[in-house]
Amino acid sequence: MPTISEKILSRAAGKQAAADDFVIASIDYAMAHDGTGVLAVKAFKEMSAKKVWDPGRIIIPFDHYTPAHTDTGAKLHQGIRQWVQEQEITNFFDIGEGICHQVLPENGFAMPGKLIIGADSHSCTYGAFGAFATGVGATDMAEVFVSGKLWLRVPQTIKITVDGKLPKGVSAKDLTLNIIKNIGTDGANYKAIEYYGETIQNLSIAQRMTLCNMSIEMGAKTGIVPADEKTFDYLKGKAKEKYEPVYSDDNATYCEDLYYDVSYLEPQIAKPHEVDNVFNISEVAGTPLDQVFIGSCTNGRYEDLQAAANILNKKHVKVRTIVLPASRSILLKAANSGIITTLLKAGAVIVPPGCGPCLGAHQGVICEGETCLSTSNRNFKGRMGAGGLIYLSSPETAAASALRGEIADPREVLI
Amino acid sequence: MTINNYFNKNNININKITGKVWKFGDNVDTDVIIPGKYLRTTDLNIFAAHVLEGIDPQFSKKVLKGDIIVAGENFGCGSSREQAPLALKYAGVACVVAGSFARIFFRNAINVGLPVIEAKIDCKEGDIIEIDPGNGIIVHEGTVYTATKLPDFLREILADGGLVEHRKRIRVE
Repeated sequence: MPTISEKILSRAAGKQAAADDFVIASIDYAMAHDGTGVLAVKAFKEMSAKKVWDPGRIIIPFDHYTPAHTDTGAKLHQGIRQWVQEQEITNFFDIGEGICHQVLPENGFAMPGKLIIGADSHSCTYGAFGAFATGVGATDMAEVFVSGKLWLRVPQTIKITVDGKLPKGVSAKDLTLNIIKNIGTDGANYKAIEYYGETIQNLSIAQRMTLCNMSIEMGAKTGIVPADEKTFDYLKGKAKEKYEPVYSDDNATYCEDLYYDVSYLEPQIAKPHEVDNVFNISEVAGTPLDQVFIGSCTNGRYEDLQAAANILNKKHVKVRTIVLPASRSILLKAANSGIITTLLKAGAVIVPPGCGPCLGAHQGVICEGETCLSTSNRNFKGRMGAGGLIYLSSPETAAASALRGEIADPREVLI
Repeated sequence: MTINNYFNKNNININKITGKVWKFGDNVDTDVIIPGKYLRTTDLNIFAAHVLEGIDPQFSKKVLKGDIIVAGENFGCGSSREQAPLALKYAGVACVVAGSFARIFFRNAINVGLPVIEAKIDCKEGDIIEIDPGNGIIVHEGTVYTATKLPDFLREILADGGLVEHRKRIRVE
């Protein structure tokens, strides 16, 4: 019996499809940002296409090189802006609006049952809303711009059930890193993941986004949390159109069935240079740091900033600390609630919403021999700057570590 | 249509590639293939000049047109940047053989016309191997390896030199 992925892709293909079938699927929403959009627009033009298939279903956020800091970057932005205008694409989000994976949900594009394709590997984030969402490259995106369709192989699905209450100081990021440690960086390659269990039900929308965001770090095509009341509440007044939640059948076929209990989970750290190189914090505590980065599409949401501010309140960081809210609305809310003031007084540097530091583009690049603890999603060699070392953690661990200037256990500073 | 002796626009016969091997390990990610700071351009020469810089800063100077990369598991994991297969292709790499590929890289490689083939083979750096990606066959010092064969419609895209060229041809026909 069908899984969520099989049902969504069958609907999109207009015929019954099962795992391992190839289908030509009609796309509900397509997203490309400035980093991949530039090649997608180039390929679109090379395909001699005149008009996109449906301007209302295309979303273009600028987030990778924002604001532009080189003349070539400014030129690329200019080219995409012109194309967006020519194509009458109204869902355009210019610099400062936020990271694509925050902008799409905030604007109601991430809806249960939808098929969303993004020219960015972390597009699987929208699975937090019960959508089938996956990343592709620029030429695939050009194909979608032209035709609204894309070939996909229907994935097999891994079922992950998580039970237990997350201990104090331990968050969705720790759970996510622990799952990646267990499955490995390619353990879910070509597959979908469905997340179940009381822990998942109790996760907030922001935490579910952290979990689904990093499904790609196991190679997964998508990671889906089935829609529930929290999803429907979030989408009230936001959803772009009517949606129909899709659920797996009771006896759906899974290729693997994994179970986790988080009751005794410790804060987790991924050491360089692979995301599955994960250790309990007790094994890594004391590692000296040159920089802490709190933000990104993984952990730049309001409650992440709040968790950091709770720890940094009326204290001062011992190492340079960069905080990046994932969107304008998050930055605005954090400014209004006093969180930004707390973080600034604690010595943090606030940088505008975007992707910059995570991929080593700007606003927080590290150099050879430097170590950064990051709440982002990848610790690949050289990602934040050639020769630099990247450790990954939760916002709680990052904030506690910023206070000590070395990797520190947040449970020791949380009272 | 029959799929035989195709030449893509780089004049690579996708049914017969013979070249010298460069060996890489598991989890070669897109950040080491082409670091993020080089993505702010559409200049293919810049991508090629920095290819695999994260693992071997001299690689772009050493690799010659027609060489072959043989790697371990999960090649191309990470970002969706199409600049990664483009960098390899324009640096002269004729084919990537890996135990497995990350799915976005796999799609991107085919879409830009870089032959990719999934197989585990036992060879050393500098060895010469012969590959027939269309039929999923690799020959190394007399040993024949059978790899996963691509579905016909992907072989057509690869044979045309990528998805853009494929679309143009389909439109003309």
